[in-house]
Amino acid sequence: MRRVNKGERVRIALTLNGRKLSAEAEPRMLLCDFIRHALGATGTHVGCEHGICGSCTVLIDGVAGRSCLTLAIQAEGRDIRTVESLAAPDGALNPLQQAFRNNHALQCGFCTPGILMSFTDYLARNPHPTRPEIREVLSGHLCRCTGYVGIVKAVEDVASSSAPAKAGEGDHPKGGGGGA
Amino acid sequence: MKPRPFDYARPDTIEEAVALLAEHGDDARVLAGGQSLLPMLNLRLIDAGVLIDISRLKALDAIRDLGAEIEIGAAVTQNKLMAWPQLAAKLPLLAVALPFVGHFQTRNKGTVCGSIAHADPSSELPLSLAVLGGAVVLRSQRGERVLAASDFQQDMLTTARLPDELITAVRFPVMTGKGVAFHEVARRHGDFAIVAVAAAIDRDGVRLGVGGMAGKPMVRRLNGDAAAAVGEWAEELEGYEDLHASAALRRDLFRNLGPQVIAEAKRCAA
Repeated sequence: MRRVNKGERVRIALTLNGRKLSAEAEPRMLLCDFIRHALGATGTHVGCEHGICGSCTVLIDGVAGRSCLTLAIQAEGRDIRTVESLAAPDGALNPLQQAFRNNHALQCGFCTPGILMSFTDYLARNPHPTRPEIREVLSGHLCRCTGYVGIVKAVEDVASSSAPAKAGEGDHPKGGGGGA
Repeated sequence: MKPRPFDYARPDTIEEAVALLAEHGDDARVLAGGQSLLPMLNLRLIDAGVLIDISRLKALDAIRDLGAEIEIGAAVTQNKLMAWPQLAAKLPLLAVALPFVGHFQTRNKGTVCGSIAHADPSSELPLSLAVLGGAVVLRSQRGERVLAASDFQQDMLTTARLPDELITAVRFPVMTGKGVAFHEVARRHGDFAIVAVAAAIDRDGVRLGVGGMAGKPMVRRLNGDAAAAVGEWAEELEGYEDLHASAALRRDLFRNLGPQVIAEAKRCAA
């Protein structure tokens, strides 16, 4: 049994964007703060801190979730992916990011990292979503400057430019989303 | 905000989890998906002496077909149930209710049992459990007991779970018919419902449930003229006022939504 007392700082190891990293944290430290302040990856943004705005969304073992509603210690040993994992090492944007740029799907960019990570998970399960499906996923995010039209267009662009799904490809072993 | 300090325990077995609950009682909070618990901790609406993290307990991460019932373990996420291949055939009400539960991103982490344990009066899963007449399985060092949904949820955020008990699973009765419908009115898709309505049709007629009108989901068998029966029931329930809606608006929403949901369930049953 893993047991940590309040205020006690323990070393927490996880994989962040393919690198095994560790840092110290007390039990109450949120995963978003651990990623930003302990591991120094500040691409993940923290907005409301109670799961409403979606800007802190990251992939935890491949599945999009709120890093403000996850304790760092809950992510121990997990594979965490953040917005920093999307672009190529030379800075070239991936197709989803490029579509956001092409469609003016961001203005201040505060909410963008979370939205990109949500659709990274969702499009892997359901590569060719309908507009209502895109809007449903987007309902888990708040954008306060551009509105959502450009974001929906960006996701539609990526969905229509990728190769059509083979039968059953939308089924994701971790469940949810797609064919539900 | 950030939560106040707490101890963290991640037991390796159900027995260890139950022993921790026996030791800490009211001072402990069970953490599964954390999608209701963490917001309350972050907003400092509640405190916990110790969090007992059961999310990695493999024994609780299972959907079991018991024949007449489907048992959903306490670590099963809402999206895992949504992706269960037999959902539409065995639990058609949940197939139509789950898309209303939070958002894609919160369903990835949020558990079915956690939502029922949280017992929000307008929440979709407690309402579905009540309409179907399901049950909650509780385990403590004193043994196991199974409570009917109507005995489990008592009032707003209040259940019959004793401080030393762990919810290990919930059981939904398998439906043979297809006559179900679920709708709700919320400020934004995925937000807490102002009013949520669920209907299931069986051999004896319509079972209608409503969330957001009282401290817990209310269920009644309705026969005859749907509009009149729902209207009468809405007046009886009165509803309540909060930031999002007056009691009168809640009654109005229920009066309108109730007959629509019944009609849709009847269409699905045909």
